Amino acid sequence: MNRIHVVSPGLLTTVQDLGRFGWAHFGVSASGAADALALRAGNLLVGNAENAAALEMTLLGGAFEFEADAVIALTGSDFGAGLPLWSAVEVRAGETVRCGPTRSGARGYLAVRGGLAVERAMGSASVHVATGVGGRPLQKGDVLPIGEEAVRKPRVGQAAPPLGKRAGALRVTPSAQADWFGDELYRGAYLVTEESDRMGLRLRGAAIPSPAGHMLTEGVPLGAIQAPPDGQPIILFVEHQTTGGYPKPACVISADFWRLGQLRPRDEVRFERVAMERAMELLREQEKWLYGLV
Amino acid sequence: MTLRPVSDRSLLVSFGDEISPEAHREVVRLTHALQGVRGILSLHPAFASVLVDFDPRVRDHAEIAAQVRERLDAPAASGAVERRTVEIPVRFGGDDGPDLDDVARHSGLAPERVIERFCAARFEVCFVGFATCFPYLGGLPPELATPRLAAPRKWVPEGSVAIAGRQAGVYPLASPGGWRLIGRTSLRLFDRNGEPPPLLRMDDRAIFVPEGRR
Repeated sequence: MNRIHVVSPGLLTTVQDLGRFGWAHFGVSASGAADALALRAGNLLVGNAENAAALEMTLLGGAFEFEADAVIALTGSDFGAGLPLWSAVEVRAGETVRCGPTRSGARGYLAVRGGLAVERAMGSASVHVATGVGGRPLQKGDVLPIGEEAVRKPRVGQAAPPLGKRAGALRVTPSAQADWFGDELYRGAYLVTEESDRMGLRLRGAAIPSPAGHMLTEGVPLGAIQAPPDGQPIILFVEHQTTGGYPKPACVISADFWRLGQLRPRDEVRFERVAMERAMELLREQEKWLYGLV
Repeated sequence: MTLRPVSDRSLLVSFGDEISPEAHREVVRLTHALQGVRGILSLHPAFASVLVDFDPRVRDHAEIAAQVRERLDAPAASGAVERRTVEIPVRFGGDDGPDLDDVARHSGLAPERVIERFCAARFEVCFVGFATCFPYLGGLPPELATPRLAAPRKWVPEGSVAIAGRQAGVYPLASPGGWRLIGRTSLRLFDRNGEPPPLLRMDDRAIFVPEGRR
């Protein structure tokens, strides 16, 4: 069996797939790739099922040595590996893929043909960093077995990166307490703070007035924008809690989730309302692009 | 009952704005009835609502809403469901329960009486949520209700038994938290290899006993 040796792990590199679904009623968060679109694309390019386990790198990538010949794809942000992005690439036995600091967004993905054959917890290989469910971030010297789960031929030639830009307003639809809020959320820009992580993107900017009214703790969806008492919004991200008691004016649309995964500290964020129909249309366009890679 | 889209891939089913036995029964019933329905990814039950996450590539809000209505209209399964009772040994007060004296002061009871009444109560798990298998327990004797801390602690140890208003709970993992800590258990509330992982599950009953006096 072919294996990957972690020569250096980078800042925060974890094994991710599309997440641990079906456990929210036990209070277990889904986790999964922060930029799921890049992970799915990487898997499709190397000929895997889109949910195969791959590596997610954050801000500073690692160095990974391959025991035997392999086919990989680097997707998401450019971590300066000197290999074409959004393309299946052959790696020779003994070769080391060296990634550096990001040259664009927060996350880069390394998918390998056959998928990473790591142990699954509750049906998923995804590491939930905050609780350790599914494992822990990579360390120097870790060895990752490569599986044999490829389902089709790798794509030959470079593909186009995803539609739309990393920058620009995040599109949202109204969430559970939208009626409690005015349009403060849509007036100005917010900065992504250093305290942001896979649980939540903590923003700083003009405070959203905390609405009057009592709410019971309720289930919270991925991408929901919470307004805690200090009025500084938090976007619930892939490791988010399953329930919460803060009101939510809006929720980021599914087609923009990948952009959340590419936000870095100090990036600027704005919000723009779209109709539900538009959100669905944007998602359909994105899916069409994705399956165009196969 | 109200149904509301709260994102482009989820629907919130609410059974009112109050904690009540009727709302709890509906939450439990709907959560069980929607298990395994195609296109539904996750269910998030809470005090009086269930959030339904679905895959927007195969389902839309109207289809999920129809599924919810159909299942709520179906007659409730007859026959009593056997409910588990989980006994939780607790070390009360001291470093394990630094807020026990505050709860005592707030209730006007001696700390020993607080422990007695807490252990005499029959709790039920309203739902499990928050950060990893946190059980929200109903059934706290009203005189023990104590508001949350004004400023949350940065670190609450694993197994801490806690009160917040009329609710009780146990921290499955060390985390920040603003609940009043009255004791600590050595039982593991969250077992990552468990099937399912939480010790306390929705609709279980829970009783607390002082450790060493089982």
